[in-house]
Amino acid sequence: MKLSRRTTAVAAIAGAAAFALIATGCSAGGGTSAAETTKPITLTLATFNNFGYDDALLAEYHKLHPNITVVQNKAATSDAAQTNLFTKLAAGSGLGDVEAVDGDWMPKVRKYGNKFVDLASADNKGRYSSWKTAGGTADGKQIGLGTDIGPEAICYRSDLFAKAGLPTDPDAVSKLLTGDWKTYYAAGKTFADAKTGAAWFDSAGATFQGLANQYKNFFEKSDGTVVAATNPDVKAAFESVLKASSTQSSHLTQWSNDWSAGMANGAYATMLCPAWMLGVIQGDTPKATDWKIANVFPNGGGNWGGSFLLVPTQGKHTAEAKALVDWITAPAQQIKAFKVAGTFPSQVAAYTDPTLTGATNAFFNNAAIGKIYIDRANAVKVTPFKGTQYGSIMTAVQNGLTRVETGTQSVSDSWTQVVSDIKALG
Amino acid sequence: MTTSTLRVAQRTPRRIALSQKLGRWDIRFSPYLYISPFFLLFAVVGLFPLLYTGWVSLHAWDLIGGQGAFIGADNFFWVLQQQKFWIALRNTFSIFLLSSVPQIIIALVIAAVLDTNLRGKTFWRMGVLLPYIVMPVAVSLIFSNMYGDKYGLVNTLLGYVGIPGIQWHSNPLASQFAIATMVNFRWTGYNALILLAGMQAIPRDYYEAATIDGAGALRRFFSITVPQLRPTLIFVIITATIGGLQIFDEPRLFDQYGTGGANSQWLTLTIYLYNLGWGQLNFGRAAAVAWLLFLVIVLIGLVNLGITRRIASNEGRKS
Repeated sequence: MKLSRRTTAVAAIAGAAAFALIATGCSAGGGTSAAETTKPITLTLATFNNFGYDDALLAEYHKLHPNITVVQNKAATSDAAQTNLFTKLAAGSGLGDVEAVDGDWMPKVRKYGNKFVDLASADNKGRYSSWKTAGGTADGKQIGLGTDIGPEAICYRSDLFAKAGLPTDPDAVSKLLTGDWKTYYAAGKTFADAKTGAAWFDSAGATFQGLANQYKNFFEKSDGTVVAATNPDVKAAFESVLKASSTQSSHLTQWSNDWSAGMANGAYATMLCPAWMLGVIQGDTPKATDWKIANVFPNGGGNWGGSFLLVPTQGKHTAEAKALVDWITAPAQQIKAFKVAGTFPSQVAAYTDPTLTGATNAFFNNAAIGKIYIDRANAVKVTPFKGTQYGSIMTAVQNGLTRVETGTQSVSDSWTQVVSDIKALG
Repeated sequence: MTTSTLRVAQRTPRRIALSQKLGRWDIRFSPYLYISPFFLLFAVVGLFPLLYTGWVSLHAWDLIGGQGAFIGADNFFWVLQQQKFWIALRNTFSIFLLSSVPQIIIALVIAAVLDTNLRGKTFWRMGVLLPYIVMPVAVSLIFSNMYGDKYGLVNTLLGYVGIPGIQWHSNPLASQFAIATMVNFRWTGYNALILLAGMQAIPRDYYEAATIDGAGALRRFFSITVPQLRPTLIFVIITATIGGLQIFDEPRLFDQYGTGGANSQWLTLTIYLYNLGWGQLNFGRAAAVAWLLFLVIVLIGLVNLGITRRIASNEGRKS
């Protein structure tokens, strides 16, 4: 789904991010008490795309635990990893000792909490903000430990802003866009009126994601009851995004080939920009020089995406796997992963680490991405409840938005079909 | 002496009887033994999954949670009430017709051309098979890129000749046509080679006689080649039907989500099955769709069989 390319993004960022690397002396508490065996064993770590776990990091673990060799299996996409996980979970065997799960389909996995080991320990207590902890919790059990998160900022093309007579400096743009979604659309109207030939934002679908992540119970009540079809907030968001979309969107469905090509051709001026999106932009427009990041987001903050590591109970070495997850998701290791692949750490302690706070990105005109995304992460106030049906409902709504943007249906017809599609999920 | 001869005499007939019996068994049962590996394999990888899918379809069945309550035909009723199921059925037939019909006609023409005296025969024959050995996933990715709505190659080319861009991903017929071209690209050459093999089995005397009688190339093609090719054509049509109704790779990779389009424009039955089983993890309903698809294919198979019999009897009358 939406996040399937997020890690491609993250992968791409690795090459270009020119971080001032400060040799960190701290090597974090390695020796966890959980690992018991001293016999030589191999642990498989199943991830997708690029989590930033390079050979050096895995070798470091081998040094700390000489009897354990960690082998990483990388799936090409988040979708491939999802299919693999559910198929092998159904089969009851074949999964890795540690499995990576995308935040987008984590709710579906949480339904099967009994198939995973409780990872809570004294070491990782208080490691995350409460909402990230909640995302990995099923039936009071900590089945997933967070790797990265996706706090959102706004990315924009300064050349197109200049053409439309808008400010181009990140601070000025942040000031311009500070406010709610109305402020964002009002700036969009100014931009559209300038008739630069480009659109204000990429697609209704992507923009809707930004809104959806700002409500506590958008699609489902906290007990899992689906309310998407009757929640006035959903309908209002659907209609307001499409109203803005009629004059301000490039109508290119997110993640389509046209969307990528449109990005390279300057078809739109702004994008909602979770940390992992930086790599997507860089990957799709390697020659662009005008992308900048504004330290602002409509309505304050929002988080879009981020992953977890889980230990399936079907594994042979669950105690050792648990120790590995505990170690690799610790702030020190996640900062190393960030340096490799740009995955923004979800660990609170990482936000005071100078490696992260001082990070800049040359592609985005030396934006202080460390500081910006720490600010954006702190601005996230709402923890959206995402139940088992969240992904399916989101697909139905996204399809509805696409139908209107491609001119297949009117707004009201499309909404009627969204409602019936949501009912068909039951 | 006498006793021993007697013993031998007694023993010999018995021995003959045994070997005779074995021989008879050999004749009677060996053929079944020789073909049994296929049927044993079929029972394991064909029949068992088929019946098991039927069993699954009668239950509330979660992909991971496993077997739930027995609910009879509820899954079937639910699926049949879904508008999406009927749209998927329509799309499946539409893509099947858009791909199979032109595919077989073009394959027939290509085979006829290859059957003439060309230079570098092997080169051309291998050439038409080339698309078949390319991974379907790779084909789909390349074609999906070409059929981009705004920046695609096809629309750009259409723009040069003044035709407005076609909405490949929102117009149902356009999207199905685009998918059909991928299928055709892959299978036309393969079918052409099978038809070519059939053509080469036609006795050359027929053509010589027809030429002497003054029949042109076109007349020879329609009056000799096509009728003589009937059995091969039937085989090609049946395999194309089964393959066409189970089409999955191409529509799945036609856009970035792989769920059949925002308005189910290119949702096929197999994609619908996949969405239910692996998207919503509802294995019971997915199994019901699988069985319905199976019934549809059996139905079409029976129609095919009827036509085949008719053709066969026609041929009988002629000779």
